[in-house]
Amino acid sequence: MNAIEVLALTKKFGDFTAVDGISFSVAEGEIFGFLGPNGAGKSTSAYMLTTILKPTSGTAKINGFDISHDPEKVRKSIGIVFQDQTLDSRLSAYDNLDIHGRLYDMPAPDRKKKIREVLGLVELLEWEKKLVKTFSGGMRRRLEIARGLLHTPKIIFLDEPTLGLDAHTRRHIWTYIQKLKQQGITIVLSTHYLEEADALCDRIAIIDHGKIIALDTPSNLKKMLGGQVLSLKSADNRKILELVNKKKLGANARVIADAVSFEVKNGSEAIPGIASAMEKAGIKLESIELHVPSLEDVFIQLTGKQIREEGNGQSDFKRRLVMHGH
Amino acid sequence: MDINMGKIYAVWLREVKRFTNSKSRIVGSLAMPLLFLVALGGGIGSLIPGFNYQAFILPGIIGMTLLFNSIFSGVSIIWDRELGYLKELLAAPTSRTTIVIGKALGGATTSVLQGLIILILGILFGLASPSIAGFLLAIIVMVLFSTFVVSIGIIFASVITEIETFQLLVNLLMFPLFFLSNALFPLDKMPDWLKALSNANPVSYGIDALRTLINGAGSMPFALDIAVLAVILAVALLFAGFLFNRTSI
Repeated sequence: MNAIEVLALTKKFGDFTAVDGISFSVAEGEIFGFLGPNGAGKSTSAYMLTTILKPTSGTAKINGFDISHDPEKVRKSIGIVFQDQTLDSRLSAYDNLDIHGRLYDMPAPDRKKKIREVLGLVELLEWEKKLVKTFSGGMRRRLEIARGLLHTPKIIFLDEPTLGLDAHTRRHIWTYIQKLKQQGITIVLSTHYLEEADALCDRIAIIDHGKIIALDTPSNLKKMLGGQVLSLKSADNRKILELVNKKKLGANARVIADAVSFEVKNGSEAIPGIASAMEKAGIKLESIELHVPSLEDVFIQLTGKQIREEGNGQSDFKRRLVMHGH
Repeated sequence: MDINMGKIYAVWLREVKRFTNSKSRIVGSLAMPLLFLVALGGGIGSLIPGFNYQAFILPGIIGMTLLFNSIFSGVSIIWDRELGYLKELLAAPTSRTTIVIGKALGGATTSVLQGLIILILGILFGLASPSIAGFLLAIIVMVLFSTFVVSIGIIFASVITEIETFQLLVNLLMFPLFFLSNALFPLDKMPDWLKALSNANPVSYGIDALRTLINGAGSMPFALDIAVLAVILAVALLFAGFLFNRTSI
């Protein structure tokens, strides 16, 4: 049985379609990634799968329970770590977990045992009596993960679990996520950090404007690009673009972030020829960069933009307005 | 209706723990009523010879303590929404009705604790001398009244979603409810228009019941006070449950 089956799931806020008929399934024990820019529909999808928002149309089954007909059974069988912080900062770490356990109907002996176990997992045992308001951002994330695991869910939803954390803490949290996979827990991870998706996920769905535009393993996604990517930079990028297209120096040439990027079969061998062609055409290059395909390139290829574009804050704000309006 | 005692207890426990974890809030919320009792009560009392004004307003000051702390507890759902905790509550396998009941009882518990402190201080100052039965009944009245006001707070929190609106609520609703009641003035000495407003004000019935129990000076039948309190509590709680069921994150 699949842990998750999603069929044509759609959410509209008035005229705005946040999630547009997505379908996919997640196998038991898999780490399934949702990759996309802010506002792409990742959080809205997660809210529907966790029964916090009702879908406009479409269905999904979580652990065999229908999200529309059996929301309480769905909730009991999943754990959720939200993107923004949802701890009570005026309670201690222990009390945050204790109240969670009571809300999930855990009997007292089981609750006490599991609280110690999950606090141990995220290395917060010695902080259990401290108020959460004294915790750092990284400690709060760890406590949220511990809370999401407390009632032994079969599936855990992690929405941007490392958002805003420093590189060290991020790696730390990655190791917890890998530990969970070893325990056989199915994990749904939304992120806009490409290296995170690449490092952790068995399969990745790339989502943009509410639609899944690609779904495969990270290595298969990278194979889609075919070659390696060269980025050339000069004072006048348009000339580079024209020349690349005219002389067929590479495929899929486009201007991204002040440079012209295009795909070539073998970058290191192609560079001398391309450099001299540029020189002959009178183009003074400032830099040449070669990179082997990353998920970022896949993302650019599929969506025509970088995942971390400016103005994310604004689109977030717009989404909030939409949500409040309805 | 899906109600689970263990989960009601969980929501109640959170309210009480938040309260006991915040010592400054306890001291801060007692300062204002004590100032009213000592300064306003002492000052105006000296203008009325032969009438113990401080003893008269003690039930009114207890009512004020309950009124403001309870409304604050109810609308704290707005803060829960803003600070994220509401997601944790709404994502749990717990019915909204359970959350509302737990929240109402939790808010009432912390408010009544503060009302009790004022009452006990009043007894120590010699402003009141209730019988044991009167004292215990007074606690029940406080619980009824406080749960009613917390429910009103939950109703507002389900409808308004912005913290800024809260100040408006306090100024346009809570202060009028307090001042246009029998908290600070004896009903029989009031001008007719104020008497009419006070009689239409649910707060007056809670304070009148306390006055009857604490120093036997109530001006309305005790049974009427209790009947009014029970009815408005039932209506407010049902309405709070209904609206909170429709609220979203």
